[in-house]
Amino acid sequence: MPRSTKATSPQPATGSVALLIGTRKGAFIFRGDRTRRTWKLSAPIFLGHIVHHLVLDPRDRRTILMAARTGHLGPTVFRSTDFGKTWKEATKPPAFLKVPEGQQGRAVDHVFWLTPGHPSEPGVWYAGTSPQGLFRSIDGGVTWKPFSYINDDPQYREWMGSVQDGTPDGPKLHSILIDPRDPAHLYFAMSGGGVHESVDGGRTWTTIVQGLEVVEGFDAATITFHDPHCVRLCPTNPDRLYQQNHCGIYRIDRPSNQWIRIGKNMPKQVGDIGFPMVLHPRDPNTVWVFPMDGSTVWPRVSPGGKPAAYVTRNGGKTWTRQDKGFPRANAWWTVKRQTMTADAHEPLGLYFGTTSGEVWASRTGGTSWTCLARHLPEIYSVEVAELTR
Amino acid sequence: MNVSIPTPLRSYTAGQGEVPADGTSLEEVFVTLDRRYPGIRFRIITEQDTIRKHIRIFVNGEQVQHLAVPVRPDDHIHIVCALSGG
Repeated sequence: MPRSTKATSPQPATGSVALLIGTRKGAFIFRGDRTRRTWKLSAPIFLGHIVHHLVLDPRDRRTILMAARTGHLGPTVFRSTDFGKTWKEATKPPAFLKVPEGQQGRAVDHVFWLTPGHPSEPGVWYAGTSPQGLFRSIDGGVTWKPFSYINDDPQYREWMGSVQDGTPDGPKLHSILIDPRDPAHLYFAMSGGGVHESVDGGRTWTTIVQGLEVVEGFDAATITFHDPHCVRLCPTNPDRLYQQNHCGIYRIDRPSNQWIRIGKNMPKQVGDIGFPMVLHPRDPNTVWVFPMDGSTVWPRVSPGGKPAAYVTRNGGKTWTRQDKGFPRANAWWTVKRQTMTADAHEPLGLYFGTTSGEVWASRTGGTSWTCLARHLPEIYSVEVAELTR
Repeated sequence: MNVSIPTPLRSYTAGQGEVPADGTSLEEVFVTLDRRYPGIRFRIITEQDTIRKHIRIFVNGEQVQHLAVPVRPDDHIHIVCALSGG
């Protein structure tokens, strides 16, 4: 951890915002105006495709990458360089190396996660797949290659476990994070398989799971049992990361290797289980979660049918419920790990999508919420696109 | 030989439901198809050269399980998308 320089603190954005929405039946672009009061939904893009992630390249604000497949066809990446007007398929989508005859090789089932590279590396993108694999493109997403050694490393393969060890629709590599101070400083997470860090551009990796709990009865020393759902790195304090895990909400302040379960401070009747983790773009003490019922058979819906976001403004010491505008009862929402995000405005806008196809927004940092859309397909991802600063 | 293309793959063949192909094995057929319609092979065949889970391939009405199957110029190949509704 040799870094010492601070990341720069960005000024609030003032331009218009768009939401890039991936669903089980296609993608949508939701365009807002500068005030974020008026929104216009696009026609479906690639209707019928399963879109796991749709991400704008913040380095040019025009290029969008889409991780897609269909129920029948293999996984691919589509690329638009005109903000979604036209699309071209990657000529070489992420794929594992072919193994020699007689050996059991892996095949990418779907590309799950996309991360644009460091601002100093235009054209670089990272992808995480199911089953777990780490891939990189250096030409803006046109061609992809396995990145680092982990995809075929015996130790990592053991930690990745089998298909049965992963989430219901396949084990996933996600939360690929890049230190804004150093393009060679990377993190990724696996469900299951823990959190991993490289300080040398992926040549070597270290596992960071100290302090993380695992399901009762299992051994926390076994990396496979660690199930980070979503890990985020503070843009203005890249030594601080937050994590929504299968077993709680955590914070870590590097160079410490010890995660602290800040979710213990959540209300007991709500708990600290969920999928998304949303960070404030300028304040490393402020984060949001959207708790899910993690009891008994893990329903993973809003506890008690009463949806709420929770915010902490002091790094997890205390949490405040934010549910103004939400249904007061009988709303059994599930909000997946890539479906909640924030813009960079002041006051900050928050956005999330549900598996029941609703998009909700707050222009006030979560103090009140409005439904922007209903009746979309099951929502897999929501990402903000700041069209101008 | 001719290859029947299912609707989910016709974005690669400019809408054509049947296209000509060459080769002495199914593997060669897919190589030539991919050369003509870039990207189509990977949507059907994995990086381990196995037929994808919800794809079925028939040669003259007989289902085949792998790409090493020999084919002749007068054979007809059907690519079928199956078993993945909803």
